Amino acid sequence: MRFAFTKEEDDFRQEVREFLKNELPKNWDGVAGNNLEEGASDNEWEFTLKIRAKLAKKGWLTMAWPKEYGGQNASMIKQVIFAEEMTLARAPGRDGFGIRMLAPTLMIHGTEEQKTNYLPDIAAGKVQWCQGYSEPESGSDLASLQTRAVEDGDDFIINGTKVWTSSAHRADKMFILVRTNPDAPKHRGISFLLIDDMKSNGIQVNPIIDMADRHNFNMVTFDNVRVSKKNLVGELNRGWYVGATLLDFERSGVEYSSRCLSLLEELIEFAKTNKRGGKLISEDSNIKKEITELYTEINVSRGMSYKIADMQSKGEVPNKESSMSKLLGTVLEQKVANLGMKMLGLYGQLGPKSKHNKLQGKIEQEYLSTVSATIAAGTSEIQRGIIATRGLGLPKG
Amino acid sequence: MDLSLNETQKMLKNTAKDFFTSECPETHVREMETDQEGYNKQLWEKIVNQGWLGVPFPEKYGGFGLSFLEFCILLEEAGRVLLPEPLFEAVLLGGMPIFISGNEKQKEELLPKVISGESIITLAFYEEDDLISPLSVQTKASLNNNVYKLYGTKMFVPNANISDLLLVTARTGKNDKDISLFLIPSSTEGITISPLSTISSDKQFVINLDNVQIPSSNLIGNENNAWETIETIFDMAAIGKSCEMLGAGEKVLEGTVEYAKTRTQFGRPIGTFGEIQRHCSEMATLVEGTRFVIYEAAWKLSNNQNASKEVSMAKSWTSDSHTKVCAIAHQVHGGIGFTKEHWIQLYSRRAKAAEIAYGDANFHRNKLASLLKL
Repeated sequence: MRFAFTKEEDDFRQEVREFLKNELPKNWDGVAGNNLEEGASDNEWEFTLKIRAKLAKKGWLTMAWPKEYGGQNASMIKQVIFAEEMTLARAPGRDGFGIRMLAPTLMIHGTEEQKTNYLPDIAAGKVQWCQGYSEPESGSDLASLQTRAVEDGDDFIINGTKVWTSSAHRADKMFILVRTNPDAPKHRGISFLLIDDMKSNGIQVNPIIDMADRHNFNMVTFDNVRVSKKNLVGELNRGWYVGATLLDFERSGVEYSSRCLSLLEELIEFAKTNKRGGKLISEDSNIKKEITELYTEINVSRGMSYKIADMQSKGEVPNKESSMSKLLGTVLEQKVANLGMKMLGLYGQLGPKSKHNKLQGKIEQEYLSTVSATIAAGTSEIQRGIIATRGLGLPKG
Repeated sequence: MDLSLNETQKMLKNTAKDFFTSECPETHVREMETDQEGYNKQLWEKIVNQGWLGVPFPEKYGGFGLSFLEFCILLEEAGRVLLPEPLFEAVLLGGMPIFISGNEKQKEELLPKVISGESIITLAFYEEDDLISPLSVQTKASLNNNVYKLYGTKMFVPNANISDLLLVTARTGKNDKDISLFLIPSSTEGITISPLSTISSDKQFVINLDNVQIPSSNLIGNENNAWETIETIFDMAAIGKSCEMLGAGEKVLEGTVEYAKTRTQFGRPIGTFGEIQRHCSEMATLVEGTRFVIYEAAWKLSNNQNASKEVSMAKSWTSDSHTKVCAIAHQVHGGIGFTKEHWIQLYSRRAKAAEIAYGDANFHRNKLASLLKL
């Protein structure tokens, strides 16, 4: 057992830190007040793409890829370090959909032509992908999806509606799950397709504005959209299993603890330098208790992510660990925002638009936007179900 | 011990429930979020005509002659529909301080105006330091030739845009609690009012007082003697706000259970899943627990008993529980609930505002600790 990094890992962390120090503007506070590309304004999106190109050039975006696809086969620990530093600095530019979800899927299930066509642009950070999974009637029960693709000569014709499609309004392309056999059992009639142009005839992207007034989610409708059969990934009607491969490229979830830590440290500083009722906020025993509790919980969450990385670097497959990491990490995001609210008192209700706000109004934004944390990408209820059934072997309900 | 409502109270509750349900639909709540004034004059008039602004005030001032408890019943129903009109504020922050500490002449002159809607009065207490404490009051008032001059900045003043009269707290002496309360027409020279943009899209304002001059007869209560009144008002406001949260929580619970019964995933209503049942039962338990603590405090306040502990227990519990109820409701609703189009977020944004109003849970826990001599 060893709770320390190698010299090489420490050096790498330093290199990322230096890079970000040089590339991010002074007093950089993240996109839309946090470190997510979600809800970025046009200017922020432009900046995101600029940083992404530089990260690609450094080879960092693809460091987890095998060498044959231009990657570095980097260790999981190194990937975690990169994720941690990027998140702590609230730096934009990583590419969840292309680099971390689609590319590994194509490496396993894609044809040679698909690999040649798509991987280099993804690696260069040149193209934005989005993920067409959820539908209005298929949320947690994703396999019940109804968006239909019918074969027509060399093409498929797609009709249906996808929802909660993050960044669809920024995306060039989409990978999508569609129903190609309505008569088969629900998991066995789904195919995985690539849509080359989000501006195709028949595709309409409608914004969904969230309760924090941000535009990240969209509803995407398909009205007789043609996609070449060359864009089928894996076998016809085996798309559920192709799509499920994505889930096997487990992520450590270290972003949760890093994001929480960076905000909590800001809050601690605030508590030490601001007064309420004539006393420093940090002197409030309730606040002190919550800070210490959260600080500890964040460290537990970080440890869980390192455990996942460690398992993977030893060739073990995490299952319940990833669910636990998400379950714990997403709740922490909400708790930190809530602690911020408590520290700010009545000022907590003032957002970025108010000139009287504190901490740039980001606590109000964090509070509202982290409501989705425990819902998006597998709700906490689904995660608990996975822990109980896949992890603990309890029978499925 | 009798926890049920009497006939008058039942009738009031039913009338209010019917009235608010038909007069204040979701569309109205949304409209008022972006409305300049934040309230609808016709609806306000209808509320006034019901006589509801006079519920806790004696008949000789034009009131209903009931008590704070009955007003709480109204607030619960108003909270259920997220009423944007300033029923809570006009009565508890406008009329009540005058009723508690005004002299007979002031009461005779002002209370009928409050009750008839002729005047809307608001309370400007908070300042840059937003903790509820006499030390937070830095606005100064000095007396010269029977004229008070006021200087200072007030924060988080509700409905200042539609109020013709302001009740302003100011420091008038050297001791910590030397606070006085002044009635100031909002058109007085030296007053500037600017809006705040808030999480609940309600109407709150910053008021700047720069050499504002008013006659000494506009003092409400005795000089240096307002702190006790403020404490009583904030106790009532904490309970009133809790009642609004209770009504809102009931609505959120009902709507969420309804959704769990109708939303289908994995081939059956999600309400059949253990996880969702756990959520719904937790919400129901939290809402149910709230009712008792709030009304115990409301009853004690209405019967002039010391209710400090009960108020703090009620507001700290409700602040925590209502926010939690809304958070669980979001969890049950999944993605649809955090869209701007959905009704749940109207409730959860206001839940946060109500949670921090008139002392958040930590404030009241600290207060309770000191009342318990910890």
